[in-house]
Amino acid sequence: MGQITLQGVQKSFGPVHIIKGADLDIADGSFVVFVGPSGCGKTTLLRLIAGLEDVTGGAILIDGKNVVDTPPAKRGLSMVFQSYALYPHMSVRGNIGFGLKMAGLRKDEINRKVEAAAATLNLTPYLDRKPRELSGGQRQRVAIGRAIVREPKGFLFDEPLSNLDAALRVQMRIEVTRLQKQLGTTAIYVTHDQVEAMTMADKIVVLNAGKIEQYGSPLELYERPANLFVAGFIGSPKMNFVTGDSAAQRGAATIGVRPEHLKIERDGGGGWQGTIAVAEHLGSDTFLYVDAGPLGMLTARYIGELSLHAGDRVSLVPDPARIHRFDASDNAIRN
Amino acid sequence: MAAFFPKFYFDAFSFREAAATSLESALREIPRMATRQTQFLARSLLTPAVGLLFIWMIVPLALTIYFSTLHYSLLDPGSESFVGLENFRYFLTDPAFLASLQNTLVLVGSVLALTILLGIPLALLMDQPVVGRNFVRLMVIAPFFVMPTVSALVWKNLLMHPVSGLFAWLAKLVGLMPVDWFNDVPLFSVILIVAWQWLPFATLILLTALQSLDEEQKEAAEMDGASAISTFIYITLPHLARPITVVILIETIFLLTVFAEIFVTTGGGPGLQTTNIAFLIYSQALIQFDVGSASAGGLVAVVIANIVAFFLVRIVGRNLEA
Repeated sequence: MGQITLQGVQKSFGPVHIIKGADLDIADGSFVVFVGPSGCGKTTLLRLIAGLEDVTGGAILIDGKNVVDTPPAKRGLSMVFQSYALYPHMSVRGNIGFGLKMAGLRKDEINRKVEAAAATLNLTPYLDRKPRELSGGQRQRVAIGRAIVREPKGFLFDEPLSNLDAALRVQMRIEVTRLQKQLGTTAIYVTHDQVEAMTMADKIVVLNAGKIEQYGSPLELYERPANLFVAGFIGSPKMNFVTGDSAAQRGAATIGVRPEHLKIERDGGGGWQGTIAVAEHLGSDTFLYVDAGPLGMLTARYIGELSLHAGDRVSLVPDPARIHRFDASDNAIRN
Repeated sequence: MAAFFPKFYFDAFSFREAAATSLESALREIPRMATRQTQFLARSLLTPAVGLLFIWMIVPLALTIYFSTLHYSLLDPGSESFVGLENFRYFLTDPAFLASLQNTLVLVGSVLALTILLGIPLALLMDQPVVGRNFVRLMVIAPFFVMPTVSALVWKNLLMHPVSGLFAWLAKLVGLMPVDWFNDVPLFSVILIVAWQWLPFATLILLTALQSLDEEQKEAAEMDGASAISTFIYITLPHLARPITVVILIETIFLLTVFAEIFVTTGGGPGLQTTNIAFLIYSQALIQFDVGSASAGGLVAVVIANIVAFFLVRIVGRNLEA
């Protein structure tokens, strides 16, 4: 079991409020991603759950038991650090088995568990190497091995893939997700990369300035963002925001349209007129950055190749069913 | 006369080693970075410095070797004559030689043990966030900047003096008999003084190493359920292996040549109880005025330093690799 509940969790460092009251219910076995811009408090929130920081207020329940006064090791959670934090003088075997050794397990039992964990992660040939003799991806797997070998109630990942190159990151993303599903252990994963968040999560927590902006499944966040911040943060390229007349006509202070929901037409059609400033041709997609005069820069996405170039004039027609409306205090207006 | 300053031999030894290794690595660098012209340029620019270093080193060494083969007494000038290896036989068979060799090793070993065993907890304490940390650090480092002669005098007259010293006063305060340090435990007293001087050095090196220990590693150990003691044994101590090696190597170089502290406090006595090799060579040259024997002793000291260095590098030098 690994049900984690936060009730009004607060954290201040002196006069600075980092977490301003977080309430969250994480179901057993789910994969939850904390995402937000840097400085939003996502890592602090993770460290509070881990027990590496003390809460200023509120309660953290693991399986219904308040653990705010429990030391980290007794909470039954294990953590994968951004820098991996492998012990440099220990072999892979020593690194993975360290927690078990500290728990006072017998040697043969430690060996059996370490070897099982290593086999899951394809680390068996490297068991007797030192961390410095491993590649980045292998080190990452050792760090994960150290987390899974203790059979915790939950995994905590602190931006674990940010030190890997792009190709490896995609591969590890898939491996981590598959491993979590296979083990069925609750996982909390912190990242600033919304692609990681969208692809890995069962549920995403969007944090901004110490507040939970929205908690929901990836598609929920994409289709029904609760406010302007979530709308702008989730989705790539970023959602276009238009204020003024176009918004007022639809009874909103701001309207948002995702680049993929703008229909690109020849100049002179309806919608918003503009000149292409930059056209990016990826083959699979075409991104147009359009200077739409008073509306500012708009981004449009076309699936497939579109032979338009910088300087061409186009008009962009928003899909009326896909327009997000926000009120003056930036909250979404629901029909 | 080089032989009058026994410390010089050890310094020349370490200096020579350092110069040789840095030159070697400098020369190895050259082909990689350069064309033939710049290679020639680099070599010709290096030559004056290398030449000067070479002369600096070779002249005293050659003179010492030359003197070591002479009967050369300052009490009997003009009577120099070639005696072959007689000076070496005389120096090595002198009962004082074995005693001073033993004293040297005991001194070096004890000071190393004291500075490291006390330096680690001190460094750990100084790594904690405390009010006025910078001031505390400055105070701890201060003894290292006190001249050996001065600190020896302070210890001899203000602290360890059996009548007017601070330790005697403390002993009387609790009703104990004051210890006559330099008569009852002379070598231990010298060890205390030298350890006091070198403790800041060890502490400082270990402290900088502690500060470079990755915070996330300690947190990982905490998550793994390691207690403070386990974290120290399994994480901190292995991390300190390399700086401890550095402390051992550097301190050994200097501790083999301890002289001022002995000269100021005990003058090598009582008897030979605090005479180390450096002090023995000094007494050959400037108490017995036997330059030949002192030169032979100086060369023996170079050999001993090399033997110690050889074993040290084998035992602890592994920590410096990779």
